[in-house]
Amino acid sequence: MTVNNEVHHFAGIRHESLIHDYAQLFFLLLFSMLLIMYIRAVVRSNRHYKTWPHFRIACFIIGICCALIAVVGPLANRAMTDFTAHMVSHLLLGMLAPILFCIASPMTLLLRAVSIPLARRFTKILRSRPLSFITHPIVATILNIGGLWLLYGTNLYSLMHSNSLLHLIVHLHVLIAGYVFTISIIYMDSVFHRKSFLYRAIVFIIALAGHGILSKYIYAHPPQGVPLQQAEYGSIIMYYGGDIIDAIIIFILCWQWYKSARPRIREPFEKSNRMGEQQADSV
Amino acid sequence: MEGEEAMKTDLENNQERTEKKNMRTFASRNFWSGFLFGIGLVAFIDETFFHQLLRWHHFYDKSTTDIGLISDGLFHAFSWFATIAGLFLLADLRRRNGYWFKRWMAGLLLGAGGFQLYDGIIQHKLMRIHQIRYVDNVVTYDIIWNIIAALILLFGIYLAIVTRDKYLTEAKANDR
Repeated sequence: MTVNNEVHHFAGIRHESLIHDYAQLFFLLLFSMLLIMYIRAVVRSNRHYKTWPHFRIACFIIGICCALIAVVGPLANRAMTDFTAHMVSHLLLGMLAPILFCIASPMTLLLRAVSIPLARRFTKILRSRPLSFITHPIVATILNIGGLWLLYGTNLYSLMHSNSLLHLIVHLHVLIAGYVFTISIIYMDSVFHRKSFLYRAIVFIIALAGHGILSKYIYAHPPQGVPLQQAEYGSIIMYYGGDIIDAIIIFILCWQWYKSARPRIREPFEKSNRMGEQQADSV
Repeated sequence: MEGEEAMKTDLENNQERTEKKNMRTFASRNFWSGFLFGIGLVAFIDETFFHQLLRWHHFYDKSTTDIGLISDGLFHAFSWFATIAGLFLLADLRRRNGYWFKRWMAGLLLGAGGFQLYDGIIQHKLMRIHQIRYVDNVVTYDIIWNIIAALILLFGIYLAIVTRDKYLTEAKANDR
């Protein structure tokens, strides 16, 4: 049965290879455009505000590279037939790139780069009901981890390989859901609703558990059309790769707590210190 | 002058009172910081030595029950978070000059022993997520595993009682 599925798998790819090339071109254009927009926004922001931190720019560039490696070129091509490669590309696209984008804070940058009336309009959109609903930690978790369960738990994975449009949508979803999830847990960029650290920590642990359980589920129940050996390797990559990348999120979340929980007694001292710095700046 | 001195003693009294308060809060914070790190530490040792280096534990065992898969996922995620969060809590205690090694160790040993015992009896045996080692007489491994876990746990309980007595008596002495 597995063999039959594989044959089908390959035939589907040949048939759709042209559209697949178009999908790669689409991603290439999309990510190049995002990068150009980001750099332009940095230039505009630097005219009016303090210099935009270089490490944020670096994070955005590396994030774009991760996303590009995942969906364009040799790894993406191999991912069509090799589940292990598919898993590596998904870790890059759905986990590592979103964290880097989150650190790069494109929303804050956007608000700084555009005119004030436009920034106000953007703020309104960001504050709107639908967007604050989607960026709620629990909703974002369901979108992200639930989406993965749909992808690997049903026959969506094999359907995705015989339908290029579906392939495109799934990959866009993985990237966007990963990003929304990341910004719902760590508040680095402009976020307009706040949940406590404990709340986010608990939601995050459940999400991480959902990810780990799904990895082992894939090990035992390979998605339709995936050979056993590849499913096992893919599963292990998903499990440990997810842990390593999620350690970054845990670290940032804890570090932000550590900063916000600093002893109150020191605060007046620090404030006066900061005032001093500001005065020094203005002089 | 006398008024100033009286104020000073008032301040000192206040400081003592806050220190007393701090000791109580820090006692539980030390405990929970150690507890979280203890769970994380044991899970880390389990993962590094028994899964990766010795390769005794298997990534997946076909006899794993569904609840075993869920339990493993939840504990794995929680312990991973706890390792990092526990150390940040420790850093916070150091920053506040509230680090109390014995109390922290009590938490660590309780977390470590408790988790190892849970892993050894419930996860390995009842939920059958994997065995300690895939050999004939795995019972020997099970017994040693769980006895070590129980010893760690008992030592943790002992330290917890000793440190609890200490801060309770000191708090009482301060009340007088």
